[in-house]
Amino acid sequence: MNDATNTRDPIIKFDKVVKRFGDHVVLDELDFEVQRGEKVTIIGPSGSGKSTVLRILMTLEEINDGVVYVGGEPLWHQRKGDSLAPASEQHLRQMRSQLGMVFQQFNLFPHMTVLRNLTEAPVQVLGVSKAEARKRGMELLEMVGLTDQANKYPHQLSGGQQQRVGIARALAMRPKVMLFDEPTSALDPELVGEVLNVIRSLADEHDLTMLLVTHEMHFARQVSDRICFFDQGRIKEQGKPEEIFTAPKEERTRAFLKAVLDPDD
Amino acid sequence: MEWTSYLAPLSQGAWVTVQLTVYSTILGGLCAFVFGLGKLSHNPLLKGFSVAYIEIFRGTSLLVQLFWIYFALPIMGQAIGLDLRFPPVVAGVVALALNIGAYGAEVVRGAVQAVPKEQYEAATALNFTSRKRLWRITLPQAIPEMMPTFGNLAVQNLKDTALVSLISLGDLAFRAEQIRNFTQDSVTVYTLVLFMYFGMALVLTACMKLLERYVGRWRAAGR
Repeated sequence: MNDATNTRDPIIKFDKVVKRFGDHVVLDELDFEVQRGEKVTIIGPSGSGKSTVLRILMTLEEINDGVVYVGGEPLWHQRKGDSLAPASEQHLRQMRSQLGMVFQQFNLFPHMTVLRNLTEAPVQVLGVSKAEARKRGMELLEMVGLTDQANKYPHQLSGGQQQRVGIARALAMRPKVMLFDEPTSALDPELVGEVLNVIRSLADEHDLTMLLVTHEMHFARQVSDRICFFDQGRIKEQGKPEEIFTAPKEERTRAFLKAVLDPDD
Repeated sequence: MEWTSYLAPLSQGAWVTVQLTVYSTILGGLCAFVFGLGKLSHNPLLKGFSVAYIEIFRGTSLLVQLFWIYFALPIMGQAIGLDLRFPPVVAGVVALALNIGAYGAEVVRGAVQAVPKEQYEAATALNFTSRKRLWRITLPQAIPEMMPTFGNLAVQNLKDTALVSLISLGDLAFRAEQIRNFTQDSVTVYTLVLFMYFGMALVLTACMKLLERYVGRWRAAGR
């Protein structure tokens, strides 16, 4: 496979992916693609498998059937001749290096200062020198507006500040794809804006692929190239934000958007 | 006989008790980590061995363990041509350490398992190897959780050292027994010994508190 075809391939591809928790089918033969540099937002009712898509990509959940491709390579499998075998830990680590994830509950390392949260993985995993990691860490803190908090511990920060550190921490590993799993759902309403602003500025970088699960519909409309409406483990409808938000074709999509956009009706 | 004349031999005994406590607590802490993590291992051999160790040493009396190591092991060693005779100090330290290590191992296992799984997921997302995840993310958060129980175990251990007087080791309890046999002054001797153990326990507790504060210093930042 040469580079030219490689860049035209979708960077993420779900091919008939099935995920079950016990008897409950979370992803039902899901087909889903994301192009390089594309910003895609997944919306849908809870339990529709939105977060599961991100968690499968981050290798936090295994799949039961189908194949997931990242950058043209199977994620949970390894090519063995013409067939696919389950991925080794080594393969998973190689694939993971392309992805970064921002968690709903931030999941910062509480025993490390803010700056150390940003430098630990680059130093320990990528083998970057401490000085270089610190320099890059401070640049990222500047980007998220937290240089003055570098030596504090996560518990000394507000939720919004913690989530901005969470974003910077994921970026420190220089991923090609950023996964945002309901990044503002755990925040007090007045802190949501500062986090969305950081994500918005990232969306302007056209090299970075972004996959976002959120309930912030207005924000999704602003930053996304495409909106995917998930229902019962499948994509019920997808399209440009204007299409989905102003003229959804599916009755199910209309009902969902009405419920989240005008909850008082 | 004046009670002050008891102080010199009792102090000698107390010093032996201190040494026994320090060595066996450190060695026991090491056992606790090795077998506590061993019990969490995916390697069935390591896991099985750790579980067996923990259950055997928690399920039998320390006194019997001590006698077994000091009296039975040398005879078994003789039978297979090995010299397994240990000086009383070594037998005492090893028995105490293995005993406290078995209890400590359960504390280590529990504290490691109590680290939220979100931390594990964040470390995985940042592509840490499982070894680095353990050393850099899990243990630094688990160790402060272990400390209060470790403090209790250390004091327990200090008190358990009295049993080694039964293999003729000259610790505080042994000296006390000697003086009592000689003077028949039970009240004075045992009262003194009571206070000496209590004093040592206070110092030990303070040391463990300092250690606890040190390993969990990040929790107190800004508070």
